Amino acid sequence: MSVNQISRGAPGRRGVRRRKFLGASVATAAGVAAGCGSSRSPWRFLTAREAFTLEAICQQFIPADQDGGAREAGVVNFIDRQLVSHYRRFQDAYRSGIARVDEISSARFGKPFGELTQEGQAAALAEVEKQERAFFDMVLAHTMQGFYGDPRHGGNRDWVSWRMLGVPPLPVRGRRHYDFTKPQSA
Amino acid sequence: MALPKVNAVIIGSGAGGGIVAKELAQAGLSVVLLERGKWYSAADCRKDDLRNQRTTVLGNGFGPDDARNPRVLVDENGRERILLASEPGYNNNAACVGGGTQSYGAQAWRYMEKDFRMRSTYGAVAGSTLEDWPISYQDLEPYYEKAEWEIGVSGDDTANIYKAPRRKPLPMPPLPPNREQQLLQPAAKRLGYHPFDIPMLRNSVPYNGRPGCMRCRWCVGFVCEVDAKCGTQNTVIPTALSTGNCELRTECMAKEILTDARGRATGVAYFDAGDRLREQPADIVVVSCAAIESARLLLNSRSKLFPNGIGNRYDWVGRNLQGHTYPRAVGLFDVETYDDVGPGAGVAICDFNHGNPGLAGGGMLANEFIRLPYQFVNYVPPRIGRWGKAHKDFMRKWYRRSMAVMGPVQEMPVFDSRIQVDPKVKDYWGIPVARMSGRKHPHTLEIAAFTVKKAEAWLKEAGAIETWTVVPGPGLSGGQHQAGTCRMGNDPKTSVVNKYCRVHDADNVFVIDGSVHVTNGGFNPVLTIMAIAYYASDHLVKEWKGTRFRS
Repeated sequence: MSVNQISRGAPGRRGVRRRKFLGASVATAAGVAAGCGSSRSPWRFLTAREAFTLEAICQQFIPADQDGGAREAGVVNFIDRQLVSHYRRFQDAYRSGIARVDEISSARFGKPFGELTQEGQAAALAEVEKQERAFFDMVLAHTMQGFYGDPRHGGNRDWVSWRMLGVPPLPVRGRRHYDFTKPQSA
Repeated sequence: MALPKVNAVIIGSGAGGGIVAKELAQAGLSVVLLERGKWYSAADCRKDDLRNQRTTVLGNGFGPDDARNPRVLVDENGRERILLASEPGYNNNAACVGGGTQSYGAQAWRYMEKDFRMRSTYGAVAGSTLEDWPISYQDLEPYYEKAEWEIGVSGDDTANIYKAPRRKPLPMPPLPPNREQQLLQPAAKRLGYHPFDIPMLRNSVPYNGRPGCMRCRWCVGFVCEVDAKCGTQNTVIPTALSTGNCELRTECMAKEILTDARGRATGVAYFDAGDRLREQPADIVVVSCAAIESARLLLNSRSKLFPNGIGNRYDWVGRNLQGHTYPRAVGLFDVETYDDVGPGAGVAICDFNHGNPGLAGGGMLANEFIRLPYQFVNYVPPRIGRWGKAHKDFMRKWYRRSMAVMGPVQEMPVFDSRIQVDPKVKDYWGIPVARMSGRKHPHTLEIAAFTVKKAEAWLKEAGAIETWTVVPGPGLSGGQHQAGTCRMGNDPKTSVVNKYCRVHDADNVFVIDGSVHVTNGGFNPVLTIMAIAYYASDHLVKEWKGTRFRS
């Protein structure tokens, strides 16, 4: 798994942000393991390293199958964007929590979380749920928000979750010439 | 800085204050209506499922804002926390013109006759301050009717054999049933219950110059995009302003009620939109800030004659905070139940409001409002777990094939469930904040455990192939249905206001909102708050004409 995969969750909301991100993406294409400082991160708050671990956690919470998962929906982009706005108060919790996950993972399974196999990540996450329940619950809640919430906040890319559930994102509704007494078609 | 004196200053422009403003202004009194929030319009619907008044994870859609309005919550285990306005446990009600009525689900219930006589009906309940109201359903009936016709209610409760007598039907027919209702209505009848169309403060047909509901999914928690929901902001408040006697001042935060050496209120001190401290002198002060903030304002209004706050001589201000306990049954179906037709809630039964063996009350049951995807995340049975492939599969498979039935259980009031003002924490303006503490009465939870089984049985009869139930925990109630903190009563030693909503020990101060509810019914409380506002205004105007208040 390379950071290029994370890049699909990156912001690109403003030109400056986008250019900064693209540059960083190329710079880190050699791989996260080589290490990169937060100054080169394409993210607003997270370091590339943190985003790599966080995205792996989110993808365990909502894996991809016939429909996209947390990664495809841009959940890390949602979280990162909130961490510099409404969720600013959770910055410290994310910084220390993600570090703890890699610590637990390395101590028990010999590798940082993002580099474990799928099975290894599931086992490590169960351990995190036991040891760091508050952090676990917070990331889980934010993952659900980023996946199922409105795309305007940076997640749920292309309404992936709403299409999965069969909810038309933009229903067309007339006001009075619509007969609601008959069953609606799906 | 003192402003020109007016006859009445009203603090809060929600369900109560908006109506009082209109009634007093029409009677010829000069009125200033203070509102701490903004005036939103239909264009502010936003359709933001993470930031509205129902789901507030990214902030309250219609106030108050996180930056300036903390509260302190002491939870049932004694732990103290400072909460932001959008956090769970804050017990928020919207802060804007119209208050909660701008973004509510708009169920428009009359309480039942027994709801005003809970103590006489059920006797004393240990650990509860359960009591009768000093007024009866009959006293309020004409004012319920006035609220239904002036603000606008659609629905049809003729099939509700338990309802209290009414003189006039509702002004608008119900909306046509959605698919949930089509399954639940016949199922209730098969069980011998008495289902009917929920009365709603929502236009089903054009009424009062506004259009009918277009049945979208952005309903409870949102400002209506086509202005079909009826609140005080699009009915009585514009009427009040059109009299020329009422001035509405938005983004004005009340600090305290001012009193003179004789103990009469002289006006209100407040911070205006530019944070300047102002004084608005008035003959009458009406407090309509909802149960938590009304109590806070009285408690913060201290003086030599009122060392513990206005109306608080016997330590009853802020006591008996209650809301509703909402147990929920969820059912999964092998047919699609989701038809994307709002508002969602449509059918109710009152078969379990009273007369439940061994229980002091009960509550109405109805299907839940339409669920947006994020809200469904927690509608998952315990066997599924909270995350991973199983959770995702569940969401995908059942979102469109599920229903929830729930209902507000009438709570047993608890003396120690209360609002105080915090000794340390202050808000942005330097005003001591509300400090909330207490818990639900255990019997409330017993009643909830009973009604939720009835909800579950209803879903099964409607064809549910799997069902489960969720009963809330013992923590403090309040929320958008907050009530009870300035109890209405005849005895000044065990209540805060008299039966006309006048504070016992301050002749020209009134509390007119859900705070005065002795008990809160097994129903959404807003139509009762509106009825009380019409009723109390009526009396106030009559007294005014005798010039009792002019100093």
